[in-house]
Amino acid sequence: MNRDGRLLAIAGGSGLVYLVLATLMGVLPGMALSRTAPGPGVTPLTAEQQAGRAVYIAEGCSYCHTQQVRPLAMDKVFGRPSAPGDYAYQTPELLGSERTGPDLTNVGVRQPAEVWQYIHLYDPRAVVPQSIMPSYHWLFEVVPSAPPGVTPVALPPAYAPKSGVVIPTARAKALVAYLLSLKQPALPADMEKAAQEAAQAMAPAKPAAGQGAGKAAVQGFDYASTGPNLYGANCAACHGAQGTGVAGAFPPLANDPVVTAADPTEHVKIVLDGLHGKSIGGTAYGGQMPAFATQLTDEQIAAIVDHERTSWGNHARTVTPRDVARIRKGGK
Amino acid sequence: MAAETVSQHDEDDSELTRLLGAYIACATGWLVLSTAVGIIVAFKFAYPEFLTNPYFSFGRLRPIHTNDTFYAWASVALVGLVFYVACKTCATRLYSIKLGWITLALFNIAAVLGTIALDIGFNNGDQEYREWIWWIEALLLIAILTAAYNLIMTVARRKDDDIYLSNWYTMGGIIWTLILSIVAFIPLYQYGLGQVAVQGFFMHNAVGMWFTPLTLGLFYYVLPKLLNRPIYSYALGVLAFWTNLVFYPIIGAHHFIFSPLPWWLQTLAIVFSVAMLVPVWAGSANFLLTMRGRWEQVRRSYALPFVFVGVLGYLLGSTQGTFEAFRSLQAVWHLTNFTVGHSHLTMYTFITFGIWGGIYALVPRATGRAPSLMLTGLHFWLATVGMTIYILALSIGGTIQGLVWMSGAPFIDSVTAIAPDWLWRSIGGSLMFISHLVFAWNVWIMLGGGERVASRIEPIKEAA
Repeated sequence: MNRDGRLLAIAGGSGLVYLVLATLMGVLPGMALSRTAPGPGVTPLTAEQQAGRAVYIAEGCSYCHTQQVRPLAMDKVFGRPSAPGDYAYQTPELLGSERTGPDLTNVGVRQPAEVWQYIHLYDPRAVVPQSIMPSYHWLFEVVPSAPPGVTPVALPPAYAPKSGVVIPTARAKALVAYLLSLKQPALPADMEKAAQEAAQAMAPAKPAAGQGAGKAAVQGFDYASTGPNLYGANCAACHGAQGTGVAGAFPPLANDPVVTAADPTEHVKIVLDGLHGKSIGGTAYGGQMPAFATQLTDEQIAAIVDHERTSWGNHARTVTPRDVARIRKGGK
Repeated sequence: MAAETVSQHDEDDSELTRLLGAYIACATGWLVLSTAVGIIVAFKFAYPEFLTNPYFSFGRLRPIHTNDTFYAWASVALVGLVFYVACKTCATRLYSIKLGWITLALFNIAAVLGTIALDIGFNNGDQEYREWIWWIEALLLIAILTAAYNLIMTVARRKDDDIYLSNWYTMGGIIWTLILSIVAFIPLYQYGLGQVAVQGFFMHNAVGMWFTPLTLGLFYYVLPKLLNRPIYSYALGVLAFWTNLVFYPIIGAHHFIFSPLPWWLQTLAIVFSVAMLVPVWAGSANFLLTMRGRWEQVRRSYALPFVFVGVLGYLLGSTQGTFEAFRSLQAVWHLTNFTVGHSHLTMYTFITFGIWGGIYALVPRATGRAPSLMLTGLHFWLATVGMTIYILALSIGGTIQGLVWMSGAPFIDSVTAIAPDWLWRSIGGSLMFISHLVFAWNVWIMLGGGERVASRIEPIKEAA
């Protein structure tokens, strides 16, 4: 091979090979997948939500928070497995590569209270003491008193500024509007089935019936489904690990009249259906509590309710999963 | 190869030395800056209220750390070294010294603007390693284009008909990256899930088709030069070149395993991740076999211990990458801090140590000034111990994180469980950062700063 031929073969040849591979593995999949149709119920964002998404990007939220629910058992807490159609209106994509904080695909369902989002953004440790998320003070303003029509953020006194009140800026409002918009629409039945099959295919192989069942019983203690654990995962962010709540936003559960009532029906109902704007003992609570009926099983709700009814000084009658099933059906 | 002595074009050589010195000085400055940012970010895991301020917030500093490490430290240092290697192996002058300065200026301008833009909240969509907004990204693209042109034209002027293996890797790397940058730059096919596919392709190739071939090209020059023996097998090097080229671009989707990307794309990526063992083991074996029996020489050298660690980093980091791609192991490690450990095993243990080896090997020969052996040793050991602590901490912590998620415990338990490992990571990272200050001092000495000048070193006279 002559001089120029060599150079052409190495530089040009390898460049050409790479160009072909880049087209096959980058450009063509990109073209095909860019045309993915929106899934049922997937809608474009409003202008404010879009502005909030820009804040999310500028502040680099996706370096700690993913927006992809995998078809794995451990991801179930974040929602159903993400489907291709979920991302139709998401450019730039924000799937993320690290989950130092929880996945946010479905955070609008899991944490629908605007006030919780504000408190948490202003100082995450005000609601989740172990959190290592940064405080985003610069998305808020401290003013001597809230202007008419603006509700100050209901910060616990230990986290509030020494004087004045905290109100959200337009950027904080947009960001919270975006976060609350993050709700997974339900999948059509056939896709749901496919997703579940995929999840099962990925689950660790189950021991054959009979064999191994005894072993599971010996290991027995299933931490994940205990009341304290379920309470920690689903309730503590607002009501506090010690049932203390957040004044003005989320009621305390310790010594609460509903939680300590002899009849647990209303307590179970609230967990099933959620609650908003209730006044307890003359104090109004602005936070929105999500409904857990579709998120948790009867066993899980019973475990949570029992934990609440027997902790922090509460001594009330406990419930069984059958009680929860009855109340779920509308019985007394 | 033609043996042309340096003295025949002394003037040109001093120009090339000045250019190399400028690349290394700029790169070193960026290394210190980007790792200072890295330290701040690391301590925020243990002390989240440390520097609560928009300009020092985690979400803004993290992309500054990664982009400056990539495009200002490693890219600038490698392009400077690659120009030098091309001139020496081709026994010719750089095609255009002036263009070399323009390339350097473009890299620096892009990095300064990119850093400022990210810090004031302009992020091009949190797409890892391409977070600079589009027109800054365009400056970077032009920098790579000018470097590619300069390098190819230099090799075209070589004295010998053959093209030495180093230049295969370096020319390949720079051309592939040019194509990659253009593919990543055009937005037409990057909507929604389409962008996920392109991002998987980009973020993977930006490492493995850029830093890897440039650093390997550097090894193929430095090792025979310092050991004064030919590379163990030229053919093995050629095999690794073509297999790396064909296998690597297919595996980008392994960054999005279990995502809604098509399942076949993910499976294909996993299969070819295994195929990557061919170029990785071929290349690593080639380097280690070149060093065989010369361990005393390696130990006594300024540069070879760094190259040795670099080769080990290449072998371990890439092999680890193959295993991480398996679905069973991804299920534990994906999205955890294990990945951050992996990216430091590759970008630090392999690339950064490799670059240091190249700098300590070539810069003293170009300038005639060597740093003290004691301070070079201090640099080496601080960096090695720091990096080992860093990677072990995040590998252990990331595994714990994944296991806590699988146990079904509340999410916050995964945060508290890894906290001790994050503290260890900060300690390892601090040692690494201190080593960079020692390195910066050594660069200052090598480039003629200070009073202390070590004995004059023989300049490289011949092609490899």
